[in-house]
Amino acid sequence: MKTTVRKQDDQGLRFFGQVIASVTHDIKNSLATINENAGLLTDHAAMAARGRPLDPEKVNVLAMRIMDQVKRADGLLKNMNRFAHSVDDSLKKVDLNEILQLLAALSVRFAAMSGANLDVQPSPKPVVIETSPFGLLNTLFLCLEVAMTAAGQGGSICLRPEKTDNGACVHFGPLPDAAMSNQDHCLSAFIDARLVKNSATRTLTLIIHDL
Amino acid sequence: MAEKVLLVDDEKDFLEVMAERMATRGIEVSTASSAAEAVRLAEKESFDAIIVDLMMPEMDGLEALKLLKKEKPESQVILLTGHATLEKGIEAMKLGAVDFLEKPADINELTNKIKKAHARRMMIVEKQIEEKMKAIISTKGW
Repeated sequence: MKTTVRKQDDQGLRFFGQVIASVTHDIKNSLATINENAGLLTDHAAMAARGRPLDPEKVNVLAMRIMDQVKRADGLLKNMNRFAHSVDDSLKKVDLNEILQLLAALSVRFAAMSGANLDVQPSPKPVVIETSPFGLLNTLFLCLEVAMTAAGQGGSICLRPEKTDNGACVHFGPLPDAAMSNQDHCLSAFIDARLVKNSATRTLTLIIHDL
Repeated sequence: MAEKVLLVDDEKDFLEVMAERMATRGIEVSTASSAAEAVRLAEKESFDAIIVDLMMPEMDGLEALKLLKKEKPESQVILLTGHATLEKGIEAMKLGAVDFLEKPADINELTNKIKKAHARRMMIVEKQIEEKMKAIISTKGW
């Protein structure tokens, strides 16, 4: 029992670390671009001081680029903040539409590294379940990793939530036929859920029960 | 003579502005937005320094570093990255990177590293020429 709990804690921490490392990497990229655009502004100011006319349009373009990067970094931090608050409650009612949007935003770099494109297709109505928000995100991330590996380079993965009688499910797919046959069922220790494959629709489906 | 640099990063906005800043400092810059493109460019042309981002899709900076050193051992590769772990830096140096800088970097520090890389590469190239000359002289019966 102790070993199982320890494994869950380790996995949870690893997931937390992976997400934070990825988001902070993107924030550093954003800061680096801001730094260089601001640096280029000072380069132009120095050239203007030596008598070269300052081009207002150029200054405007550089300022716009800085503002774009500030917006990007702000978005990254907002998502990281929402993610950090996912550990606040061990049991909470959450909307899978929102959770999947957050998961996709947090997984952009992982998807880019594996060459996959993510497309969240939200349900027209909220898909509310009562579960552990962090456990749910962790489980969805593990499933997404399986799906990204199966999809391979250039693959596109659609994430679609659906309400069920005693909870909800999330479909990942369509995945290549060959990859589908190699997928084992991935059981979650964090929430009451299981991953099943559907060869007919070429999807992996995470079935989640309300806790 | 202007230093010739290849800048490799998947962040296109960063690539564009960094290339412009380097150009204003008299550096001749080529850019590549992927490691594969960088390897192709490095096969065709010689660069005094190749500045590579560590984390890129398809092929990461360490893989690119291995390929660049294999194709052209005299390549002076500087890693410039937002991936701030010491382990990666050590791994890069073991694979033959000459330097490792963390983003956001100071342009003057980077420029100094480029100048040092240029000087180091010139020494290696001169040594290679000298060895070739010696080999020619020792094999020809002049």
